Amino acid sequence: MTTTSLTTSRGAGRAGDKVFSAATLAAGCLILAVLFGVAIFLVIQAFPALVASPDKIQGGEGFFAYIWPIVIGTLIAAVIALVIATPVAIGVALFISHFAPRKLASGLGYVIDLLAAIPSVVYGAWGAAFLAKEISPAYNWLANNLGWLPIFQGPASATGKTILTAGIVLSVMVLPIITSLSREIFLQTPKLHEEAALALGATRWEMIRMAVLPFGRPGIISAVMLGLGRALGETMAVALVLSSGVLTASLIQSGNQTIAAEIALNFPEASGLKVNTLIAAGLVLFVITLGVNMIARWIISRHKEFSGAN
Amino acid sequence: MTSTLTPVKKRSALTKGQLPKWAPYLVLGIAVVLGAAVLALIGFNALGWGIVSAVFFAIGLVGWSAAVEGSRRAKDKLASCLVVGSFLIALLPLFSVIWTVLVNGLPGLTDPGFLSTSMNGVTGAYDNKSVEEGAPVVGGIFHALIGTLLITVMATVISVPVGLLASVYLVEYGNDRPLARAITFFVDVMTGIPSIVAGLFAAAFFFAVVGPGTKTGAVAAVALSVLMIPVVVRSSEEMLKIVPNELREAAYALGVRKWRTILKVVIPTAISGIASGVTLAIARVIGETAPILVTAGFATSINYNVFGGWMASLPTFIYTQILNPTSPSNPDPSSQRAWGAALVLIILVMLLNLGARLVARMFAPKTGR
Repeated sequence: MTTTSLTTSRGAGRAGDKVFSAATLAAGCLILAVLFGVAIFLVIQAFPALVASPDKIQGGEGFFAYIWPIVIGTLIAAVIALVIATPVAIGVALFISHFAPRKLASGLGYVIDLLAAIPSVVYGAWGAAFLAKEISPAYNWLANNLGWLPIFQGPASATGKTILTAGIVLSVMVLPIITSLSREIFLQTPKLHEEAALALGATRWEMIRMAVLPFGRPGIISAVMLGLGRALGETMAVALVLSSGVLTASLIQSGNQTIAAEIALNFPEASGLKVNTLIAAGLVLFVITLGVNMIARWIISRHKEFSGAN
Repeated sequence: MTSTLTPVKKRSALTKGQLPKWAPYLVLGIAVVLGAAVLALIGFNALGWGIVSAVFFAIGLVGWSAAVEGSRRAKDKLASCLVVGSFLIALLPLFSVIWTVLVNGLPGLTDPGFLSTSMNGVTGAYDNKSVEEGAPVVGGIFHALIGTLLITVMATVISVPVGLLASVYLVEYGNDRPLARAITFFVDVMTGIPSIVAGLFAAAFFFAVVGPGTKTGAVAAVALSVLMIPVVVRSSEEMLKIVPNELREAAYALGVRKWRTILKVVIPTAISGIASGVTLAIARVIGETAPILVTAGFATSINYNVFGGWMASLPTFIYTQILNPTSPSNPDPSSQRAWGAALVLIILVMLLNLGARLVARMFAPKTGR
């Protein structure tokens, strides 16, 4: 009797085990399926735009002529954001990991993380209503004094709603991402390396340059790549801040457009082939950011194996 | 005689060639005064004062250090100035954003009926009247609050089971198999998907399955889930990993099945961290604008049905009020409503962040005795 009850209970338990492990496996596979689903459904819906005759696409010269100016615009905005954010973010990460008093450090890190918590639409509203207005005198100055550079060619936009403003807002948004990742890496620097440098008489900056930065370089690179991914895909800040137009070299005139903002501004009212065109633009954005993110993650994972040996 | 009575203060040989301890404070004082003087000449403003003073401080301290201590120490001081300066620069936009939203948002928020009415029937005529005759600004964000609440709850209901089960698979069943490694990698990649692409995916999926032009709250919830699942997986995975193995082994030793061990021992131990991770994930998606814009449209009236009709949400409300004011000739009432909604949104996000910390502390497993 006892044996049968034992076997039945074991049977029930085994079934529970199987059901549960199958459920977890299914959830894991569902995530992979979603990622591939994103790619597949975007391709399906984008397909009509890719094969449509050129004169039916907006602009009348085909999908490629439509997409490449906004791809360049996206890259310009992202590059501006990174050029501004990277040095500041590395400085902030160093401040929190090596300069701030130990007791304050985690609190200060939390303050910087608050930057990441503010919704993107609020950044967009701030950039359009406050920053653009405040910064337009600086653009006039740039146009008057550095106007011979193509990127500062005047006349400067009177409203300040330019790609440079959008890039500055984007830099604020990617700053917490780069900061938090490089902070993690800096904190992982082997204590023995740091102490050895200090014991040999190095100043704090020499210690950071000789021990912390070389150790953290792959981490910094991947953090910047992840920031790039975010800057490429950010929508609202650009849609609200930039008064868009055709591709222009000058950063302080209105003009240029990014993929994400183009989709957000036009999708709600779009119909017919226009929807397919915008989804195709989204597919291009997806492929670009996916590539950037995969390279970044690959660098991080390679670095993880390497540092595990230490 | 007297000279022997007053001891000559000699500096120790160890501190020779170093700046005294009070040097930075002295330089700071001089820099602030000089900065004020320079700004008084070209027109005073607080931000310029801060920047000019900081530049003077860095030049003064580094220059003095170079003269007394040599170039290595001076470089160290310069690096310290730059690092501290970059931190202060990073704080500027944070305070500026919060200040701008507070100043612009309070009039809208304190408007009677702002939280309890919708935009249904509010036309440009009302806004023109409020600007020209001083009538109160009508219209509110109730419909957007309802939409945000319903869409976020639905996204949470979809994401939490999937994300939690997937993280259980990774920690308890994965054993570093190729599949588990692939899931970890692609979850990391998914955290970088642009939010608008997630929205387009959900739109494309429902266009293909249900029919072209399908825009409902449910589509938006699916879009937000795509953004939310990877965050939930990552945070839950971290939390499940730090559950001590002794607890699992003790349960196995008592003959408890693996699935009961996970449900009754592992997850309850980690529940505080999981709950706080989920709260942070909600805080992240509640402010997303782009995916809702392309999936749920924007409505002006209250819609309780996530499966039918367009739906408003706080972020899209802010976006449309700024970009397409209700009355194009008098955009002020619209921007007042937008800033009021932005203030409500920021308060919601901050409360969720605070809540996540409280949850993590309150339900933390009791350690020690």
